Amino acid sequence: MNRMRLRGLIRKEFLQIMRDPSAIAIAVVLPFVLLLLFGYGVSLNARRVPLALVAPRSPQAQELLGGFEHSPYFVPRRYATMAAATHALVRRRVEGIVWLRSDFGRHVLARGNAGIGVFVNGVDANNAGLLEAYIRGVWLGWLSRQAQAQGSTLSVPVTVEQRIWFNAALRSRNYLVPGLIAIVMTLIGALLTAQVVSREWERGTMEALMATPVSMADILLSKLIPYFALGMVGTALSVAMAVWLFTVPLRGTLLVLFSASGLFLLVALGMGLLISTVAKNQFVSATIAIVTTFLPAFILSGFIFDLNSMPWPVRLLTHIVAARYFVAILQTVFGAGDLWPVVLANAAALCVMAAFFLGLTWRLSRKRLD
Amino acid sequence: MWPRIRALVIKEFLALLRDKVARMTMIVPPLLQLVIFGYAATFNIRDIPYAVYDQDGGAASHELLARFEGSSFFRRKAVLTAERQIAPAIDDKRVLLVIHIGPQFSRDLLAHRPARIQVIIDGRNSNTAALAGNYVNEVVQGFETEWAATHGWQAPPAQLVVRSWFNPDLLSRWFIVPGIIGLLTLVVTLLATGLSVARERESGTFDQLLVTPLGSAEILLGKSVPGFVIGLMEATVILVAAVFWFDVPFTGSLVALYLGLVVFLLSGIGIGLMISSMSVTQQQGALGVFLFMVPAVILSGFATPIANMPVAVQYLTYLDPLRYFLVILRGTFLQGDGAGVLGSQYAGLAVLALASMTLAAWLFRHRMS
Repeated sequence: MNRMRLRGLIRKEFLQIMRDPSAIAIAVVLPFVLLLLFGYGVSLNARRVPLALVAPRSPQAQELLGGFEHSPYFVPRRYATMAAATHALVRRRVEGIVWLRSDFGRHVLARGNAGIGVFVNGVDANNAGLLEAYIRGVWLGWLSRQAQAQGSTLSVPVTVEQRIWFNAALRSRNYLVPGLIAIVMTLIGALLTAQVVSREWERGTMEALMATPVSMADILLSKLIPYFALGMVGTALSVAMAVWLFTVPLRGTLLVLFSASGLFLLVALGMGLLISTVAKNQFVSATIAIVTTFLPAFILSGFIFDLNSMPWPVRLLTHIVAARYFVAILQTVFGAGDLWPVVLANAAALCVMAAFFLGLTWRLSRKRLD
Repeated sequence: MWPRIRALVIKEFLALLRDKVARMTMIVPPLLQLVIFGYAATFNIRDIPYAVYDQDGGAASHELLARFEGSSFFRRKAVLTAERQIAPAIDDKRVLLVIHIGPQFSRDLLAHRPARIQVIIDGRNSNTAALAGNYVNEVVQGFETEWAATHGWQAPPAQLVVRSWFNPDLLSRWFIVPGIIGLLTLVVTLLATGLSVARERESGTFDQLLVTPLGSAEILLGKSVPGFVIGLMEATVILVAAVFWFDVPFTGSLVALYLGLVVFLLSGIGIGLMISSMSVTQQQGALGVFLFMVPAVILSGFATPIANMPVAVQYLTYLDPLRYFLVILRGTFLQGDGAGVLGSQYAGLAVLALASMTLAAWLFRHRMS
């Protein structure tokens, strides 16, 4: 390896980046636009859910329904009959129905344990589960108001006091936005490098490079360094947006965050270089990059689907998805702080993967024409 | 005209599938991903790791904890003996939640006073935390109902009776797997069409194509067919796997689903050809495919509901063909929908297909000169 040659190659690579502005667009504009869009767009917090209410006009029923009207989670709509409400549920105009029978008031007055029928559209199972919990909350509030009005204590034997650590308001953005940084960086890494080597092969400039005295390590390093620098700019931008635009609390330190990001970027770039070295054909390398990066990072990284809920063979498989380790670090550093057991274990895994991809790329890219 | 197009279609199929590696990357990963993602993508949680910190030790707390032991949702990982052990257990992700029963628990209950328990949940993943909280409430409620009945507590004035339609056990797999059909079909279609024009431009065969008697509409038609055929076949295979492998019930009309699939494929191809006509190099084509695909997947309602998005972003999703197709898929799978109910979804897809095809043809001609 020769300093001067390497510097020359890096200069060449930078010039190439400057001439085709798509690389800068990928590293700077892309994270900005994607994070802006997804940061706002991706949320698991249901608000203002349209809810059908079918109830008699008795005061007891009104008292309970008031709870739904004042809740920020619901937009209640009154329906006269169950048939009309059912029709609205099937047509997705409402997400659920709360049904009080006409004798509801009488039953409540007689402490006769009146039934409250709740029907939710279960197609989106996750949302339906959350909706059930919101409805339960309104019901519990009503029970305690009833008990207070009668001067007695709540007629429920056990109250569960829930303490949610790290994210008391259960704001889904606080864990989704850090995860999004990992998704966006996966894309950047793959897009930046997946084609740079196969491009040289296809245009025939690789042969020209080989005829010069530079070594293969020089060539690879010259591809790695400029894109690493570009990628870190994109990361810094993403972190800034997460903290200032989406007001995600950052409890850990920037040093840990950026060290982990650098490590992950090495893995992402290494994977891109490997794809492009192996493929030697831009169509194939683009296809492999698209298929192996985005969807696995989206689904198998713990970004949105909990890793612990997956069956063990799939969980085992997630260990080869680099984004998994980065998402764990990001969610912990943002949400909880620099918890060393979590950070170090995942950083070690990233180190192994970076060494593997870069090492394999170096081994496979010999100066050889075949 | 037809023999010309047929020849072109054959050529396009060959261009797409001739290379063994290219063929493999088009066909194998989607099927593999269906199986992996079908298992991986779930919001249901089982075996929630938890720890118990029981300061009471009385009969009531034993009874309550036995219910957690017996639940398939929970798996006890540790028994804590001091308050200071709670934080490390949660911080290191050894447990998702800690159930803390205070020393007064049994005494309060036996004295007919409402008793409190504290549940500390790791909120780093707020969705998991909310679900775990719900499960805790369910277990506690089961305990309460029994305790109230056997110890002479007055019943509450009204009880909730919750039913969920179309998916009684709220299995998120029933929601996600039909979505994966749309997801993978979109990826395959975009891959088949998105790079096709740029590839010709780079290898120089584009000019040869232009001097043939084929018109630009015919060339685009020829480039659409392979994507359409491959997309249709892969979607069918994935559909069969969803029903027979993942046991997702198919309750609606197959005609309604295939009608949706055809319009969806056309709009996907239109967008792919649009990207393709715009890009000069394959790298730009790949970039375009990525730039369209990633938002199209994330904002489609595949994992997070569109209703939760801000209004401006919700309007943006009308440009996303996957958005409409997901409604068609889930409607025909779970809600027993026929074509009549889904009219507006077909209309949305048809508009997108028409607009993107027209734009692709225009761009193609425009970029030619």
